[in-house]
Amino acid sequence: MAESLRLALAVAGKDIRAELRSRTALLSAVVFAALVLVVFNFARDPTALAATDLAPSVLWVTFALAAMVALNRAFTIEREHGALDGLLLAPLPRGALFAGKLLANLAFVGTVEAVTLPLFVLFFNVDLWRALPGLIGVTALATIGFVSVGTIFSAMAVRTRFAELMLPVLLLPFMVPPLIGAVQVTSRLLAGRPLSEMLGWLRLLALYDVVFVTLCTMTFSAVVDE
Amino acid sequence: MPSCDGAPLLDARGLLRSIGRFPVLHYINLTLAPGEALAVAGPNGAGKSTLLRILAGLMRPAAGDVRVLGHALAEGAPQARRAIGLLSHQSLLYDDLTLLENLAFTARLYGLPAPADAARDALAEAGLAARAHDSPRKLSRGLLQRAAIARALLHRPRVLLLDEPFTALDAASADRLRDLLRARLAEGLGLVIVTHNLAEVWDVATRVAVLVGGRWAGEEPVAGPLTAFLPRYREWTGG
Repeated sequence: MAESLRLALAVAGKDIRAELRSRTALLSAVVFAALVLVVFNFARDPTALAATDLAPSVLWVTFALAAMVALNRAFTIEREHGALDGLLLAPLPRGALFAGKLLANLAFVGTVEAVTLPLFVLFFNVDLWRALPGLIGVTALATIGFVSVGTIFSAMAVRTRFAELMLPVLLLPFMVPPLIGAVQVTSRLLAGRPLSEMLGWLRLLALYDVVFVTLCTMTFSAVVDE
Repeated sequence: MPSCDGAPLLDARGLLRSIGRFPVLHYINLTLAPGEALAVAGPNGAGKSTLLRILAGLMRPAAGDVRVLGHALAEGAPQARRAIGLLSHQSLLYDDLTLLENLAFTARLYGLPAPADAARDALAEAGLAARAHDSPRKLSRGLLQRAAIARALLHRPRVLLLDEPFTALDAASADRLRDLLRARLAEGLGLVIVTHNLAEVWDVATRVAVLVGGRWAGEEPVAGPLTAFLPRYREWTGG
């Protein structure tokens, strides 16, 4: 277990170091998120719908689309010079490889979300201060779920000819349950509703995380090993 | 067909691999003893690189199995994986990491005690110490090949699988690699070298086998000059 954790951290550390050097995924995802917010901000009619009613959906659509951009890179860096072969050759349990990739992707997507949130407040003039701890919690819960599914689909898509196109096609249907849950919880948080009104959705998000992190860990070997 | 006496480092039995209905490898057997260097030659499309990928555990055969140090490779035994080093057509290096970072990461994957030191030593052995902080994308094809060789040898594998290792190397680097391989063979390494150019490996190989159409066409110990072997090679390959 300790050995697997050490290897997972080595894989995650390598991905984060490579990303910090190139900044390809992070910069693209942050710019993309900002553009989505700008589009939503100017496309909406402020007299027809209050910003607080629209804000949760906009926030999560932005997070989801930006995450997709970041997740695309997860395995494309392994395609360069056959680097994935180097990982598969090593005495690296596939569960540890998945965990390492998941940790790195969570760090990328988490960073993108952390940068997007102030922009969201700026554009939609939402008072997040009171709801911030809850919002951080639900963001973490929803992000773990769709990033774990995105990690395995990224590994699957990278072996196809149109990896960048395949990932959204594969991932978007699986993103729907956590996104619905996250939007529901976020709208209640912004409206200052009590925790009891959100428990059902939070349970759904937690269940999604447990089921998909377990399933993805178990099936990852079948995806990466020929 | 190529076999050895004593306990083998590598033991492959009945390897079958097809692409659609076309057999790429047809029930191939191969064993490799410590200190033995098998040169695998053959025409294009003979199945040499496929054989190497199956021996490395990167490809699964439709039938047959590969055992490394007695451990089944298909079961993903860490002892088997740790014992294998592979040089493929690609460098297996990341462009966004320096050479030192690339090799230190590899050392971590193999659980070496001081990854950065192991990486520095490997780069020094490959004559790349001065380029340790360069990205692989800044290297020439020959230097990249030396870095890839350093990566393959980093964890001191017991079984080394080399696919065209002399590609892009200059004469001095090729000689250096041959000396290095001879030294490792003397320490008990088992070596499989896939090549189109037998002249490059003739001084290192202890056995030569020829693969044609996914089957062993012939195999013999390396004895005498290459020129004496070439007529048999032409006969076996139908050329």
